[in-house]
Amino acid sequence: MMPKITIPEEEFTYPGSTGCPGCGANLVMRYLLKGLGDRTMVSIPACCWAVMPGYWPSNCLKVPLLYTAFEATGAAISGLRAALDIKGVEGVTVVGFAGDGGTVDIGLQALSGAAERRTDAIYVMYDNEAYMNTGIQRSGSTPWGAWTTTTPIGTNHGFKHEPKKDIMAIMQAHRIPYAATVSIAHPEDFIKKAERARATKGFRFIHALSPCPPGWRMNPRSTIEVARLAVDTHMFPLYEIENGRVRITKKGKGLPVSEYLKLQGRFAHLTEQEVAAIQMAVDESWKMLLAKESSGT
Amino acid sequence: MRSVMTGNYASAYGAKLARAEVIAAYPITPQTAIVEKLAEFVQTGELRAKFIPVESEHSAMAACIAAETAGARTYTATSSHGLTLMHEVLMWASGARLPIVMTNVSRAMAPPWSVWADHMDSIAQRDTGWLQFFCQSNQEVLDTIIIAYKVCESRGVMLPAMVIEDAFILSHTSEPVDVPDQELVDSFLPAYSPELKIEVGKPMGFGSLVKPDQYMEFRYKAALAMNEAHDRILRVEKEFSNIFGRDHGGLLELYKCSDADFVLVAAGSVAATAKDVVDAFRAKGSKVGLARLRAFRPFPHDEIRALASKVEGIAVLDRSYTFGAGGAMFTEVEASAYSGQKKPVMKNYIAGLGGRDITPKILGLILEDIQVAARRGAANDIEWVDVAGLPRRWR
Amino acid sequence: MTKSYEELPLTPISDTPSTMNMTGLWRVIKPVVDKSKCKKCTICWKFCPDAAIELVDGIPVVDLKYCKGCGICAHECPAKCIVMVKEGGG
Repeated sequence: MMPKITIPEEEFTYPGSTGCPGCGANLVMRYLLKGLGDRTMVSIPACCWAVMPGYWPSNCLKVPLLYTAFEATGAAISGLRAALDIKGVEGVTVVGFAGDGGTVDIGLQALSGAAERRTDAIYVMYDNEAYMNTGIQRSGSTPWGAWTTTTPIGTNHGFKHEPKKDIMAIMQAHRIPYAATVSIAHPEDFIKKAERARATKGFRFIHALSPCPPGWRMNPRSTIEVARLAVDTHMFPLYEIENGRVRITKKGKGLPVSEYLKLQGRFAHLTEQEVAAIQMAVDESWKMLLAKESSGT
Repeated sequence: MRSVMTGNYASAYGAKLARAEVIAAYPITPQTAIVEKLAEFVQTGELRAKFIPVESEHSAMAACIAAETAGARTYTATSSHGLTLMHEVLMWASGARLPIVMTNVSRAMAPPWSVWADHMDSIAQRDTGWLQFFCQSNQEVLDTIIIAYKVCESRGVMLPAMVIEDAFILSHTSEPVDVPDQELVDSFLPAYSPELKIEVGKPMGFGSLVKPDQYMEFRYKAALAMNEAHDRILRVEKEFSNIFGRDHGGLLELYKCSDADFVLVAAGSVAATAKDVVDAFRAKGSKVGLARLRAFRPFPHDEIRALASKVEGIAVLDRSYTFGAGGAMFTEVEASAYSGQKKPVMKNYIAGLGGRDITPKILGLILEDIQVAARRGAANDIEWVDVAGLPRRWR
Repeated sequence: MTKSYEELPLTPISDTPSTMNMTGLWRVIKPVVDKSKCKKCTICWKFCPDAAIELVDGIPVVDLKYCKGCGICAHECPAKCIVMVKEGGG
């Protein structure tokens, strides 16, 4: 039988990255670069990916990499683009590649500034839903119900009681030309979106769910399965917002959220009512997304 | 071109003549006219540059760092809380060995809120690995920006520099300024061309994670570079003087110090006032001098040591207070003098905070007071000048 | 091996491929491929987080120098032709 390769073969990452076994973020970068190609520059703030290329002088990327301070990704990509422009260097994709903490929390100001200035760059948020690099502390992107070290169970505080920040809605409010959610369980869809992002000028945003075995308390072999279930349960729908219009790219099977939650130890403490509450919230969001798509806004 | 302009405009013209390519800045009183003027230059095309109106000072410096790493000559300007907000990334800029040049309009820190002249903001950055030049005139501001790029971009230095102008006293006061021709500046300052920059086709990571077994060696290199900056400043300024006909006195400008018995060490615009006071004392036969601390980083250790070995007393004026064994300038002057052959009597005067005027009368009283202290053989002392409620009268 | 300060660049520049890191040493379980059952679907190659699988005529060959033993390839394989076995044979 002929091998049927469905994504670009060329690799832009070397093996030997120091990500955990089964790290979803490794795949986010792998697929992203397959879609963007080698005329790409990546700026990475403090996050797991600042450590994953390895200790100096190890580098797992085949494209140039700028390490920056934690909150500075939006500013760094603005600076890179300005320098390339004034030097007359064309055809380079500038990428900011940051974790959820460095995007929705400490990095939000710089992200907003870069988007508002219509900086010609792609900002990729790989979302493992907590401050994983520092040991699983909650972030604004941690979902309702999750255990983290700063939302421990069995204390007055309890699991995370605040809903996950909707970064796609924040990006939509900035009226950027292109934003998309991507999943490592759907590499073909991911890479197509990366290619579309590359071809678009202006500020582009990609939100990648990045399952994290140690942080989500799951078996490392389940990384792809969990990513797939996130899409199929509508916990993490796959859609694009192009010039303000929502377009869902994978409808997903519509499985109950419990299928997704039960594979992850960080949700093991949830009661039936709490799972039902999550189901209700997810159904509500999914309905709203469908409505946005059909109404053309 | 002879002109009359404020310190802020002098900064803007300095950056323009230095052909800054990427300017990322955020407004703050009293720096705003710098970025407004530069935005105008970029808009009209007089300056071929990219202007990034960033959303905070921290982002201003982060954007400059990225742009400089990509090979562009960058410039920014700030003041006070903007500078302190940048503190994290100031450290980054010097650790990354990037020759960014920035104007800091030195202004007091809040609370209490104050927009007026004070060196606390600049002094608080003395640990960041940036070169620091305190200017006494608008001409010096313009010239020093151009000089700083040349010093910082040399291979043996590759550290960033801040050019400091006093809030309102220089930033908003007009003085005669000679604006050199662009061609002349081009002959002095070539285009920025770093050995290494981030570029496609070269998969390198800039600013990686280094284990304890190698970090110190990188810091040592930066320390050597700051030492090298001392000599480089002198060489570059000699060259500048030959081309432009102006000399601002090196790291420590000595005014009537060669036969002085007592010297006032001060930085910034107050030093210019002090020269007039020194002249008045000299006219009465009193052998005093003014040593203007022009570069605080690198610190002119050798020059201070040499000066200290010749005088009986040194008065050090700090326009900031750092809660240490004295003001920042005082403790460094004292440290340099300590290893000298002869130790003069030294006293620290804290003055001018939050824009409080340091009048010629006050400076005269300081010069008299150091002589009294020297005759008493007084131990090193800190005196706060012109504070209501303290017994001594200074006005 | 600590380098002398004179040998270093001004700032740490990472220019050595990460293949210098033998992440295969982390493993406690490793994938074993039954080539006879392999359908050459390429899914294992696609989903390996470390790009440690090479396809030789469509059949996966795992680079054991880097494979961390996460088990994704075995778990996702539709033909169930990859099994994870304990390192050290027992």
